[in-house]
Amino acid sequence: MYSYNEFDRAFITERNKQFRSQVERRIDGSLTENEFKPLRLMNGLYLQLHAYMLRVAIPYGTLDGAKMRQLAFIADKWDKGYGHFTTRQNIQYNWPKLPDVPDILEALAEVEMHAIQTSGNCVRNVTADHFAGAAADEIEDPRPTAELLRQWSTDHPEFAFLGRKFKIAITGSPNDRAVTKAHDIGLRMVRNAAGEPGYEVVVGGGLGRTPMIGQVLRDFLPREDLLPYIESILQVYNTFGRRDNKYKARIKIMVFEHGIDEIRQMVEDRFKIQREVFGGNDQNLFADIQAAFAPPEYKSAPTEALDAALNSDPLFRSFADTNLAEHKNPDYAIVSISIKAHGQTPGDATSDQMRAMADIAEKYGHDELRISHEQNVILPHVHKGDIYKVYQELRKVGLATANIGLISDIIACPGMDYCALATARSIPIAQEIALRFDELKLEHEIGELKIKISGCINACGHHHVGHIGILGLDRAGVENYQITIGGDGTETATVGERAGPGFAAEDLLPAIERLVQAYLEIRKDRSETFLQTYRRLGIGPFKAALYPAESIAAE
Amino acid sequence: MARAFKSKVLTANRLIEGDVVYYAADGSWVGKHEDALLIEDEAEGNALLAEANKLANYLVGPYLADAILNDQGKPVPTHFREAFRTRGPSNYRHGKQAEV
Repeated sequence: MYSYNEFDRAFITERNKQFRSQVERRIDGSLTENEFKPLRLMNGLYLQLHAYMLRVAIPYGTLDGAKMRQLAFIADKWDKGYGHFTTRQNIQYNWPKLPDVPDILEALAEVEMHAIQTSGNCVRNVTADHFAGAAADEIEDPRPTAELLRQWSTDHPEFAFLGRKFKIAITGSPNDRAVTKAHDIGLRMVRNAAGEPGYEVVVGGGLGRTPMIGQVLRDFLPREDLLPYIESILQVYNTFGRRDNKYKARIKIMVFEHGIDEIRQMVEDRFKIQREVFGGNDQNLFADIQAAFAPPEYKSAPTEALDAALNSDPLFRSFADTNLAEHKNPDYAIVSISIKAHGQTPGDATSDQMRAMADIAEKYGHDELRISHEQNVILPHVHKGDIYKVYQELRKVGLATANIGLISDIIACPGMDYCALATARSIPIAQEIALRFDELKLEHEIGELKIKISGCINACGHHHVGHIGILGLDRAGVENYQITIGGDGTETATVGERAGPGFAAEDLLPAIERLVQAYLEIRKDRSETFLQTYRRLGIGPFKAALYPAESIAAE
Repeated sequence: MARAFKSKVLTANRLIEGDVVYYAADGSWVGKHEDALLIEDEAEGNALLAEANKLANYLVGPYLADAILNDQGKPVPTHFREAFRTRGPSNYRHGKQAEV
């Protein structure tokens, strides 16, 4: 894992000192709220419905036991004993008090963490595949690139006041687990015909009010050209992107309005100049960063314990079916810890659970943890001989839910239970759906089905790319939920199709049940997933299930 | 014709704690919606809001929110967002529902 150098440390210390003074000046009245607000947002501090909220960056979702333990400490000391992991691989504290925030930031700095650029119109926390460095299908670990981008974008003076926020995601695998095509810039690590490493650069993706799938700007960008090229994209966006209308200010609108070819020409023209500016120092830096992400020293030990446990413990077998993924080392597996126990809030972990995960990572996981954009926690490197022990430890703290990728593994934004922007609640909807399908004992039968819920059009809950997407709206003063079907956040990214009129909160769960029941009836067999069935048959049969009265009327 | 004025309460978040408060008839800021002053006159509402905007050391983002009187003569919110603000989140017993 990357460790701060002196420059990083000095920068964070200085920023925290500045913010402490800004908070003091706000409290003593020297700063008005209008003056203070942009300063607090630059440091990740929002004012939400019931309290302040601090959003802490977990760069590319990577942390170790010490960092996780510190997050737990902060949750206990200054919050209400839990934290909320988000779709941007961040953690949010929902109840900090303003005078405590400088102390929280100092506590974060002790473990080389911060909340900088988790808000505002700047380059945000760079996200990455949560299986990075471990996945069997990986071409190359994307985290050194993500770290290089973090260093380049942090406090970059030219890009501190962009037209709108700017999100970059990167994957090192052909199977996209980082939703790269729904980001302002998506990077996919590839090799050219000569076997040289580089990136496919996708631009102009995004969800929100105007969902768009990103388009390929460059199909192969040599590794050494990354920063000058990304900088060229940002410069073109910063210069020509719209600032007249907040809702048209993301780069996706610019790409849509100008067309990808014109954008490409603008970027390539700029790149000719920028390329000369970068003298190669970034590549020296990159080599150092890469060394920090060397794979762990894998152990060589018997793996029979796994098979024995699979044969003897059916509950563990169920866990293994859903929560294990293939590791590049055949003696190892990737363990996904579900932060989605049925009926609990998606992404919320208590401080005790955080400490347990820290302990387990240190004891059995080469001291590595990841946060996934699906609001789960990953142990990327667990030896097969230790998996059963890990499972037993997880069970003790309520973290052994066997539902990864299933209908109860729901992404849900905080919604109107917390968020000042929300138009409806998300969390209770997720809780109800998970509890209902657990009660029906149907979710393993249903198989892979991703439900994603957003409590407003900004789509933090990624509803557009949910196999079933749910969007909560305020319809004439009542919470109302629109359903989209067929969304996909992977390498075959697709924006879901709106099924029809929305549902009142009390009608939503029965509607979801009808939808899932229809799928079970029309799928070819168990191997055909919900998404595959939708792709084979279209939205028709799902619409008929959602709106039975209308279908009868039409006949 | 101007639209009829809908009755309101004056509300904001506190600067230090970030929690929700309401303006009461005695000029204090209180935690319970039912203790708020129901404002039935537009000019009065705007005047109180202008005063609240001067309390920058104590409040953040004051605004007027629709409210009506219930059967017991207490002000209650008319919109669900404001109703949530009187209680706290629905997933945990945190916020006002636990404190007030």
